[in-house]
Amino acid sequence: MSSINSLLKNNLYLFHFPHFYTLFFSISSGLKENHSVYFQFVINRFCFLVNGYYCPFLRKLHPCVCVIMSEYYYFCIQNERIKKNNMAKCNSKGLYQSEYEHDACGVGMVVNIHGGKSHQLVDDALQVLENMRHRGAEIGKDGDGAGIMLQIPHEFILLQGIPVPEKGKYGTGLVFLPKDKNRQQEILSIIIEEVEREGLQLMHLRAVPTNPDCLGERALSTEPDIKQLFITGVQDDEVELFPRVLYRIRKKIEKRVSDKDFYICSLSNSNIVYKGMLSSMQVREYFPDLSNPYFTSGLALVHSRFSTNTFPTWSLAQPFRLLAHNGEINTIRGNRGWMKARESVLSSDALGDIREISPIVQPDMSDSASLDNVLELFLMSGLSLPHAMAVLVPESFNDKNPISEDLKAFYEYHSILMEPWDGPAALLFSDGRFAGGMLDRNGLRPARYTITKNDTMVVASEVGVMDFDPTEVVEKGRLQPGKILLIDTKEGKIYYDGEIKQQLASEHPYRQWLSTNRIQLEKLKSGRKVENGVSNLLEKELMFGYGQEDVTSTIVPMATTGQEPTAAMGNDTPLAVLSTQPQVFFNYFRQQFAQVTNPAIDSIRESLVMSLTEYIGRVGTGILNPDETNCKMVRLPHPILNNTQLDILCNIRYKGFNTVKLPMTFTTDLRTSLDQLCKDAEHSVDQGFNYIILTDKEVDGPFIPSLLAVSAVHHYLISVGKRVQTALIVESGEIRETMHAALLLGYGASALCPYMVFAILDDLVKKGKIQEDYATAETNYINAVKKGLFKIMAKMGISTIRSYRGAKIFESIGLSESLLRNYFGTEVSTIGGIGLEKIAADAQSFYAKANSLKESVTDSFLPNLGQFHWRKDGIRHAWNPETIATLQLACRKGDYAKFKEFSKLVDDKADPIFIRDFLGIKQQPISIDEVEPVSEIVKHFVTGAMSFGALSIEAHEAICLAMNRLGARSNTGEGGEDSARFHTEVDGVSLSSKTKQIASGRFGVTTEYLVNAEELQIKVAQGAKPGEGGQLPGFKVNEIIARTRHSIPGISLISPPPHHDIYSIEDLAQLIFDLKNVNPTAAISVKLVSESGVGTIAAGVAKAKADLIVISGAEGGTGASPASSMRFAGISPEIGLSETQQTLVRNGLRSQVRLQVDGQIKTGRDVVLMALLGADEFGFGTTALIVLGCVMMRKCNMNTCPMGVATQDPRLREHFLGKADHLVNYFTFLAQEVREYLAQMGYRSLNEIIGHTELIETKESVLDLARLLYKEEGVLHHTTDMPRHFEGLLDQQIIKAAQSAIDCHEEVNLDYAIKNTDRAVGAMVSGVIAKKYGEAALPDNTINVKFKGSAGQSFGAFLVHGVSFKLEGETNDYFAKGLSGGRIAILPPSRSEFSAEDNIIAGNTGLYGATSGELYVNGKVGERFGVRNSGAIAVIEGAGDHCCEYMTNGRVVVLGDTGRNFAAGMSGGVAYVWDRRGSFDYYCNMDMVEINLVEETQYRRELHELIRQHYLYTGSKLARTMLDDWSHYVEQFIQVVPIEYKRVLQEEQMRKLQQKIADVQRDY
Amino acid sequence: MKNPKAFMEVARQEAGYRPIHDRIHDFGEVEQTLNTKDRRQQASRCMDCGVPFCHWACPLGNKAPEWNEALYNGDWELAYHLLNSTNPFPEFTGRICPALCEKACVINLFNHEPTTNRENECAITEGAFREGYITIHHPIRNGKKVAVIGAGPAGLAAANELNLMGYEVTVYEKNEAAGGLLRYGIPNFKLNKTIIDRRINVLEQEGITFKYGTAIDSIDSIKADAIVIATGTPTARDLKAPGRELKGVHFALELLAQQNRVLAGMEFSPEERITAKGKDVLVIGGGDTGSDCIGTAHRQGALSVTQIEIMPRPVDGPEDPKNPWPNFPRTFKTTSSHEEGCTRRWNINTLEFIGKDGKLTGVRVQEIDWKPNPDGGRPIMVEKGEPEIIKAELVLLAMGFLKPEHPAYPENVFVCGDSLNGASLVVRAMASGKQAAQKVNAYLK
Repeated sequence: MSSINSLLKNNLYLFHFPHFYTLFFSISSGLKENHSVYFQFVINRFCFLVNGYYCPFLRKLHPCVCVIMSEYYYFCIQNERIKKNNMAKCNSKGLYQSEYEHDACGVGMVVNIHGGKSHQLVDDALQVLENMRHRGAEIGKDGDGAGIMLQIPHEFILLQGIPVPEKGKYGTGLVFLPKDKNRQQEILSIIIEEVEREGLQLMHLRAVPTNPDCLGERALSTEPDIKQLFITGVQDDEVELFPRVLYRIRKKIEKRVSDKDFYICSLSNSNIVYKGMLSSMQVREYFPDLSNPYFTSGLALVHSRFSTNTFPTWSLAQPFRLLAHNGEINTIRGNRGWMKARESVLSSDALGDIREISPIVQPDMSDSASLDNVLELFLMSGLSLPHAMAVLVPESFNDKNPISEDLKAFYEYHSILMEPWDGPAALLFSDGRFAGGMLDRNGLRPARYTITKNDTMVVASEVGVMDFDPTEVVEKGRLQPGKILLIDTKEGKIYYDGEIKQQLASEHPYRQWLSTNRIQLEKLKSGRKVENGVSNLLEKELMFGYGQEDVTSTIVPMATTGQEPTAAMGNDTPLAVLSTQPQVFFNYFRQQFAQVTNPAIDSIRESLVMSLTEYIGRVGTGILNPDETNCKMVRLPHPILNNTQLDILCNIRYKGFNTVKLPMTFTTDLRTSLDQLCKDAEHSVDQGFNYIILTDKEVDGPFIPSLLAVSAVHHYLISVGKRVQTALIVESGEIRETMHAALLLGYGASALCPYMVFAILDDLVKKGKIQEDYATAETNYINAVKKGLFKIMAKMGISTIRSYRGAKIFESIGLSESLLRNYFGTEVSTIGGIGLEKIAADAQSFYAKANSLKESVTDSFLPNLGQFHWRKDGIRHAWNPETIATLQLACRKGDYAKFKEFSKLVDDKADPIFIRDFLGIKQQPISIDEVEPVSEIVKHFVTGAMSFGALSIEAHEAICLAMNRLGARSNTGEGGEDSARFHTEVDGVSLSSKTKQIASGRFGVTTEYLVNAEELQIKVAQGAKPGEGGQLPGFKVNEIIARTRHSIPGISLISPPPHHDIYSIEDLAQLIFDLKNVNPTAAISVKLVSESGVGTIAAGVAKAKADLIVISGAEGGTGASPASSMRFAGISPEIGLSETQQTLVRNGLRSQVRLQVDGQIKTGRDVVLMALLGADEFGFGTTALIVLGCVMMRKCNMNTCPMGVATQDPRLREHFLGKADHLVNYFTFLAQEVREYLAQMGYRSLNEIIGHTELIETKESVLDLARLLYKEEGVLHHTTDMPRHFEGLLDQQIIKAAQSAIDCHEEVNLDYAIKNTDRAVGAMVSGVIAKKYGEAALPDNTINVKFKGSAGQSFGAFLVHGVSFKLEGETNDYFAKGLSGGRIAILPPSRSEFSAEDNIIAGNTGLYGATSGELYVNGKVGERFGVRNSGAIAVIEGAGDHCCEYMTNGRVVVLGDTGRNFAAGMSGGVAYVWDRRGSFDYYCNMDMVEINLVEETQYRRELHELIRQHYLYTGSKLARTMLDDWSHYVEQFIQVVPIEYKRVLQEEQMRKLQQKIADVQRDY
Repeated sequence: MKNPKAFMEVARQEAGYRPIHDRIHDFGEVEQTLNTKDRRQQASRCMDCGVPFCHWACPLGNKAPEWNEALYNGDWELAYHLLNSTNPFPEFTGRICPALCEKACVINLFNHEPTTNRENECAITEGAFREGYITIHHPIRNGKKVAVIGAGPAGLAAANELNLMGYEVTVYEKNEAAGGLLRYGIPNFKLNKTIIDRRINVLEQEGITFKYGTAIDSIDSIKADAIVIATGTPTARDLKAPGRELKGVHFALELLAQQNRVLAGMEFSPEERITAKGKDVLVIGGGDTGSDCIGTAHRQGALSVTQIEIMPRPVDGPEDPKNPWPNFPRTFKTTSSHEEGCTRRWNINTLEFIGKDGKLTGVRVQEIDWKPNPDGGRPIMVEKGEPEIIKAELVLLAMGFLKPEHPAYPENVFVCGDSLNGASLVVRAMASGKQAAQKVNAYLK
């Protein structure tokens, strides 16, 4: 509004005309009130003036008036638009941020290999799209977006009467335009201007016919005007360059027009994209063009989107200009950041001045769109399609990957220039001539292809999306991790990966380029003597804020074991911003991690994709032009430098490498010092320094926290376009933990040297306090940091440090918005917080402390700050002696008064610890008698997921009994539950936990387990260590735990970091669907951990049809976890809960899901506040354990819990003091207290207050809680259950047909055709049987079902004993998941002509988490077969990567090749591999297994029998051949036995032998 | 912890007392010591709790987990510095502290074999003196003066703290030597006075001035920037029963102080001398002071010793339902003195001191019972049975002390210890003294 004022002032002559006086008055009076309304009025009035009666008159008198006023008008519209855009971008009031959005999807491609065009192909592609409907998301009629990319249909265009020149000589594409006609005109004039500037013409503008009737509400409300552009005028000799011209035109237009509803779908002379905010079913209907029989194409690429939000986004539909992507680019923040930084040095001969077309990455688009942008740039600069893809999404090339040295050099050369765009990605791409597909290095997204005799190739996320006659099929395969498949439709040729890559690798002498230019740091030697110690160690330690625990609990374990230390029982200390003590600046940050929308990587077992290799130096300007000078860099094997290496780097006098050290000192004013540092850095770049070393080593006086310094310099250099010309290295005494290293790297440092750690190690070694010598200690420490970095990266699904560096995969808690904006390149702060003044004060206070040491006379030592272990004078802990003892006493004695003492201690503590400590409740009392009873309130309470295995049986059962007695729910945790407990009662109360958890390890997840539950909880992440797996060490696995977990006593049980059947949101939807089939009455819950962005994920989860969403606070956490994760991953439940509530309400999803929260909830006040923030249910973990006797020993990982809570040691379990009664007392007290609060507030039930943040009052603090307490309007709590759709399931037919079998064990034989849309077939029937008969299920071969066709995902999931499936055809991912005794045989259709053993007929992750049963596959299977198999037997004829990962029992026979990383993490069971090439040992991960020939008779017999069965069930030709010549083939088999398992087997044998001896002796 | 299972594998081992026959004839310390190896084994039993209740229970906030670990690792010097960082005089508490920490030990919660913190503390400190780890500090003087009145544990703690902060400290003590009740209350068989002398020597070397035999009647007479009053609880609770004036009825401290002075070489005339030799002794009051009287009486050669207490017999341990873990249990306790022989009776009210020729011959007592008060206040005493006479030639009144009252002092005066809180433990007095020192520092800074 102020701008209008100035406009008015500057144009006073306006008011000479009397009519404008009224206008002016209306403006000026309006300004005081509602601006926008008055402004609107003014505008209307003006329009009236201009268009109406006065118009001609006006024009005549004051022509300039019109111009000015129309500028007004435009200005106003613009202003509103910007405002709206900003609103949508940051929604400045709440916690939701659009950048958190994720999407995943289904992709497909149909190509005629010879480029033959037909309408049939278009039609087929749409069919493919429609067959992947379940992979997209729909709410009502609204889809999340779908589209199709085709070749330009030349004939069709001509038939529309558009006189285009010949093929390829005109550019066309669909454009989304605003509905507003005026704006449309303006945009069109810009387009015309830009087209003409390139010497071309906008020849025609076609209104694309659409059918909006089919659209849903949200899509309709934002539907753009869709026009088709035709650009002509290209000279014949410039046709070659035409695509680039069109690209430049488009980029320039995009640069000038930033309207949200403006978007150019594509602009090309070869292909065209039709898309919109549609569901996959709507594409055909919405665009009648596509149904026109003259609309032909030789290739088509389709995509349907599943987004985590429901906001209308037409432009985000895929395909983009070149590609369609299923998955998520995890590294996107880094990629975008570096792309921006790089723009300043990019130059392309082909494209001219890059600045004209920047930004390369279009703002406010999705990760996939950004990837498409960069791919396009590369292509336009002259790279070939496969070359560009290989650079952007390289395969892993460390020594565990079997690729040629030349290719490795190719990758290494390019890795210097471009960090990988990493993430689960199935990418399909086409430039109109070439069409292809590839997977990222992890291969986490499925992509299967079929090639037919009539030269059609279909690639899609699933098989079965198109029907083929079996005799038509030539080849069935899958895209493999990091591999490309390409079709040249012009040549009619298929290029497989090997051929493509060899061509790429031989294009330039990359190996030679590298060896002559790139320096390897580890190969440099120096004669200089470098001192590791520092003088005045203690003083320095105090200056950098060290405490005793930093040394004893962090540095020493790292230096002695080479591992990160473990801690237990969560983090109950204050957030840095709330702490009363000075803070190390790192403490304000938290790691972010992947949940649901992309998987964490398993950095330990799947290390073959991980890399810490760094290149430092000046990035040349010619990265688009291949040249050996580009690789003039120093290669670091990892970014942690020791003193010697840093010294070498500082002193390289070689080929123009030079270094400058900038001290991170600050004088009185931190701001000035920072500015100066940034300027100095810039100056250094100008002077040509390759490395800037930011150091605090020689700093005398307070120093700038290293993270602040690095981030400030990094962002400043980007802003002045000088970032990539130099590398930032940090030499700081602050660095001691992995998190510190991760933060510095994540905010832009290339390498770092933690010299204080080295000094401390030096001191420890010299004083003999550790046994290691210095070199070993240093190596161990660095190794521990490396492992930690791997883990932190992997948590986010990032595999290389190069993609992680500068990616800012963190969030800050408690830093002010201005600080973040100025120095951290972040716009929004969730809860506000401190600024530079406080940081400066803390630094000064550390310095003062160190200084006071000089004056102190007493003998000094490093104080214990009480970070992990409570100290009276240390950091506050929520659980301290008073709270623990009082709570235990109150519950043991059933003393409510004592309980009130406890809640007073918790609620009225002197210093705040949690955000909730700043919240109060508004009061308006009513009589407590009006409030709902305790018995209703306790139903809102649940206990946390704590497994039997982590807990003792006594503790686990006490919790279960208490909750069942209250009518509330207890949670099994991830360790399963002894099936005896399902039907056991104690005093009439069931011992079966109502909530059964399904975690990544799938321990004990049998069909019987699933059907005996009221709630099935999918644990996506865990508060104390989100994004990480877990391990139950072998010594804790006793008989009963082994039985419960379906494993073997004494064998370690490892949970992988990700669920191997959830790599994306649509996978989660699939798992939810599976579980709903098995147990249709159970609610499905999904457990997430609080982080910024969790709301958006929760929205996706709700769309995946979960009934209950758990937001787990990072503060909670029972049991053991890595210390750094416990403290630095995840955030407060308040923030996560509030964001989730806001996002769900905003999306209209809140009413159909329940929301549960946990994380240090202790008292009635906590419960009420969490309810006000939006929770329906409340979880209690630590509190429940404390009631049962836990005294927070924090020794859960050591099996020495003295209170018998978290131990399996029978001697210690005797100490268990807890009783179910105590817990019943606790929850009753708690509910009573909640009642009292409700009465004080004037509400009758808990449901009435859920989400009513207006009832919260805030206390004065440095925090800004407005975002947290923002209330979205809408339904605020759970009102209706998620609708369940079970119509038309194949299982319903099977159940009906097999009723007699289910009821009276009569054998039935059934026959069905099956399609890829028939998912989780067998799950529901298995559930019905397990419910009835338990684990035993039915007698062998009672229900025999034969299927023909392509089965959908999760075929035969949870199939129980007595049910046999035979599938003739093929199947998609997750077949035989959770197999519980059933038998599955999969074989190619009988008439097919391809050789079974060479073709893929089953997808990824088969047999995941199977506990028993049999599976026979007459063909190859995809990646990760048999992950976490704990008892099933399987025979397959070839497998992808990571086969038998984490297997703990059972048998797997592979009659063919395996992929890389066979048997990673395998701790039990036996695998047999037919090693016909003699190369198996390369593919096997030998960390935990031994391989040998099959020599013992017993094993030979076993193998023979397994193959015989395979033959019996599948008729495999290969099996027949082998059986016929057994003595020959058996010699070629390799047996894989885990070392641990071998020991157990030997012990078993020994026991048997001893038994035999004993028997013999007895008989005498 | 290097052996996380030590608490399961190593049993609690107390050094124990010298045999009764050996100890009863002298005033040497009754407690024995463990050898170094066993001591370190004992230290290993500490579980290094996530929430160390011992540390919480200790008024000084001693960090048992930290120095136990150092002790176990054999780093005696570090152990002492860690210990000394919270506890100025661990050699005192190591001998006479009732060890609130041990009662709050988590091991005490489940099997009543807590770590031997008190003994470990003592061993660490003795080790430190022996090995010369205790060095003389020379604080930089800040030019400000503080006077401390009273050289008991509170006064000494305050003086020490202030001295190390750089204040010039003068301690005024009415008695002839420092230590307060440490010196004049606690018998030598529990705390040898050379232990006190050793520490005072250190304090003097570090620059504290002690003025003995200087009773301060008015603080106006003192010239200092701040004054710390640590004068304890000089008034013992009296028993106003008929015959109180009889010869042979004494306050416990009269006996204890005199005995300690005798052992320090002072001489008393036979009239002044209070001795149990050849007497039947009755101790009235069942607390620790009573126990000290019993032990002293035995060593003086009493014929018999009886101890009566008006309150009921405490519950038998180890658990006290009214003060559950981690609180200090008020359970039935048998001290080393009790072991040496004593008749103990509870619920006994004293009616009258009976004497002949002005000399005590016996005490008439009445067995009583306590009925709950319907108004919820103190229970009501009711008589039970007939009064009886206990033969005694010496009665020692060990019934506690009266909490002193203070006038309104100027703002530079700080009261601490028993003088502030009433009679309590040495460890509490020391903690209070340290707090007073912090307040002084805050005031003078």
